Amino acid sequence: MRLEIAGGLERFEGPGRGTIRAPFFLPPLNLILVLEQTLNGLQLGVMLFLMAAGLTLVFGIMNLVNLAHGSFYMVGAYLATYFYATTGSYLLGVLLGLAGTLAVGVAVELVALRTLYERDHLDQVLATFGLILFFNELAAMLWGRAALYTNIPEYLSGHVDLLPGLRYPLYRLVIIAVGLAVAGLLWFVVARTRLGMLIRAGASNRAMVAALGINIRFLYTLVFGFGAALAGLAGLMAGPIYAVQPGMGELILIEVFVVIVIGGIGSIRGALAGALIVGMVDTLGRAFLKPTLATVISPTAADAAGPALASMLIYLLMAAVLALRPQGLFPARL
Amino acid sequence: MTSSILEVRGLTKSFGALRASDGIDLEVREGETHAVIGPNGAGKTTLIGQLAGEIRSDRGEVRFAGEDITALPAPARSRKGLARSFQITSIYPDFSTLENVMLAVQAHAGHSFRFWRAAREQTALRAPARAILEELGLGGRAGVQASNLAHGEQRRLEIAMALAVRPRLMLLDEPVAGMGAEETRRMIAFLSTLKGGKTIILVEHDMDAVFSLADRVSVLVYGRIIATGTPQEIRANPEVRRAYLGEEGPA
Amino acid sequence: MSPRNRAIVLGLGLLLLAAVPPFASLFNQPFYLDLVRRIMIFAIAAASLNLILGYGGMVSFGHAAYLGIGGYAVGVLAHYGVYDGLLQWALAIGTSALVALVIGAVSIRTSGVYFIMITLAFTQMLYYLGISIEEFGGDDGMRLAAKSRLPGIDLNDASAFYYLVLAALVLVLFFGHRLVNSRFGMVIRAAKSNETRTRAIGVSPYLYRLAAFVIAGAVCGLAGALLVNHTAYLTPEFMNWTRSGELMFMVILGGMGSVAGPVLGAFALLVLEDLLSGWTQHWQIILGPLLVLSVVFFRRGLAGLIREKND
Repeated sequence: MRLEIAGGLERFEGPGRGTIRAPFFLPPLNLILVLEQTLNGLQLGVMLFLMAAGLTLVFGIMNLVNLAHGSFYMVGAYLATYFYATTGSYLLGVLLGLAGTLAVGVAVELVALRTLYERDHLDQVLATFGLILFFNELAAMLWGRAALYTNIPEYLSGHVDLLPGLRYPLYRLVIIAVGLAVAGLLWFVVARTRLGMLIRAGASNRAMVAALGINIRFLYTLVFGFGAALAGLAGLMAGPIYAVQPGMGELILIEVFVVIVIGGIGSIRGALAGALIVGMVDTLGRAFLKPTLATVISPTAADAAGPALASMLIYLLMAAVLALRPQGLFPARL
Repeated sequence: MTSSILEVRGLTKSFGALRASDGIDLEVREGETHAVIGPNGAGKTTLIGQLAGEIRSDRGEVRFAGEDITALPAPARSRKGLARSFQITSIYPDFSTLENVMLAVQAHAGHSFRFWRAAREQTALRAPARAILEELGLGGRAGVQASNLAHGEQRRLEIAMALAVRPRLMLLDEPVAGMGAEETRRMIAFLSTLKGGKTIILVEHDMDAVFSLADRVSVLVYGRIIATGTPQEIRANPEVRRAYLGEEGPA
Repeated sequence: MSPRNRAIVLGLGLLLLAAVPPFASLFNQPFYLDLVRRIMIFAIAAASLNLILGYGGMVSFGHAAYLGIGGYAVGVLAHYGVYDGLLQWALAIGTSALVALVIGAVSIRTSGVYFIMITLAFTQMLYYLGISIEEFGGDDGMRLAAKSRLPGIDLNDASAFYYLVLAALVLVLFFGHRLVNSRFGMVIRAAKSNETRTRAIGVSPYLYRLAAFVIAGAVCGLAGALLVNHTAYLTPEFMNWTRSGELMFMVILGGMGSVAGPVLGAFALLVLEDLLSGWTQHWQIILGPLLVLSVVFFRRGLAGLIREKND
């Protein structure tokens, strides 16, 4: 049950299923393939950012570690798939999926998480761990344990000719666009609006903001719901590319942790930087490490070591960042 | 002519836009009790933190007994003979009073990579710890959990832990803070018994303590030392009066 | 609880555990021997986590990694025809210690939330590594070629294996007890209680915490070696991050800050899981909220309850 990153929604060209067979990487350099994987990395990065932004906002403002953040990702994917299937409209599926995830997020905050704001991180980790079990099992009960595959509507499928020879799936371009738009929106809200000011103030001094008469509870619920919606957005966009199944949230959540450690916790800027770095390294690593290795060691050894090493790449990167700069690249300023 | 045990030059620390320490120069002689006073917000606790090594200075130099300790972190400075008590009581709440002091004794008894013998039963730790508790009048409270001590007793425990590491220089941050009149009197009496044997840097608001204990006083205002001298000299210093009383006129 | 009462309770507990195999065979219910043996193995793992989590305050969300490393050390050697139990288990412990040293060296420089996330991430890395090695079954895992061969004990004898595990548990608890009360243990506990104060008296916690981390990893590696022999099957699921969460719950439920607490916690959690899974295949939907409630309402754990009642 791994996070599979397909080489493209449809096979670009060439033999085999998703992996690149050596020794394509020998000169002349297949620039098209590198560009395609770079875009894939950007797409993964943008999705990681959506998740990381929500998680880091919630931590920065409410000092809450929420392991169940991945569950919102899963809820978004499932709800969007469900509503698309029942209404026949993709757009309606998206909207209802987002609204549903927001509702679930708010419900979780009101029912389960209020008591945890004052508790230490260990308690938060354990309690949200219990939530994960609950949501995963709920999804399994409602939709079974097998992976669901969703379709994308006609108008989003197909390819775009970005360069001569480079055809890229439209859907992935849309994901990148949506992600960057959300990043821009977030930056605008946090840096330029009153709400953003409240958020930043709340992050540095909760008691003061409450003393000023701002309804801090409402602010918290709002922020939490928004974070859940972001995760849900990432999930519903991911649905058609990756499998929709119980437990999908936790797999990406751990990558999101790596993003936050690298980028620095509590900062949107850090989340973006970390997400793009991790997205790129992970995608390019998986695509090109094995063939690159094959140029220096035997193809069979590369075959064995390549995928293993590629899956470890982002963690090794994280370890390196930790060794050099333990607080991350852009720590703690929203 | 006693030597300087502590030389501070140009110590600077900013927190964002706030200059907590602005080029502090200080010289403390061995065996003296040197008080640091100043209005609220002057940066006294930040200074203690920088001297103890808990806060990293932006600029400046600290020399202890001739040795440059600027780069050393807090644990290393403690091992060199600097001890510190905290303004806001910082003890081990879930350990007993005796265990608190035993931990301090243990910290200065070599490394603690000893895995077998029960620490609580070791006389090498218990005896010195008990002795120090007795000195501070906490002997009867040895078995009490530290979080259950009265405030004044906890302040005395702070001092006990500072003593337990056998320091040459003690950094005491408002030792009598929050104590009643009688307890303050007793603490002042106790601290005066330490005079001469140990060098003490004393941050205090309580002027009784300052004037009865201090050999010399430095006045810290907005992160700078504006005057250093005997208590009498400082009392008469016009700049100091201005800093404390404002521009409005004489005391 | 006074030392005398505590000794009595522990003695009773030991007696109960020792009585399981004869009773199981008396009532012809080998299932219970199996179940309790499994619980005891996890109790060993939880006890090792208790050292760093309960006493040290280090929220390591990656402890299950060492179950996997220990298990794989034994399984891989058996796969290649090396059945010598002493050699296998020494390697299990040694490799776990080494990996703990590396992970700890990097992670312990951080604290709080970072530490939680980093330990989780490293465990996941090892999990992916385990999955990707096709030679050992990938994510399906593989059967253990043969149980470890130990001098004088046949691990295929369910009872003998049971008593070996019980002995291991007792030893782990005994050495753990001495460790947390030694000077080393005091430093670890002091660093958890008040880190600033600990630095102020001249102790830098890093090396001590790292040592504790390594010891915990090594003991968990032993649990892994026992586990793979118990299940007779080797799978990356040993290292699944949800397993780490379970271990943490065992420590918490049992009550942190007591050496025997994790044993109670292991029993509580695993018996609960066993009961629930008997009722419905969707037992996690009940367990999840139960865990949430236990955290919200039930802070001191089971050992805390017992202590309070008997004081």
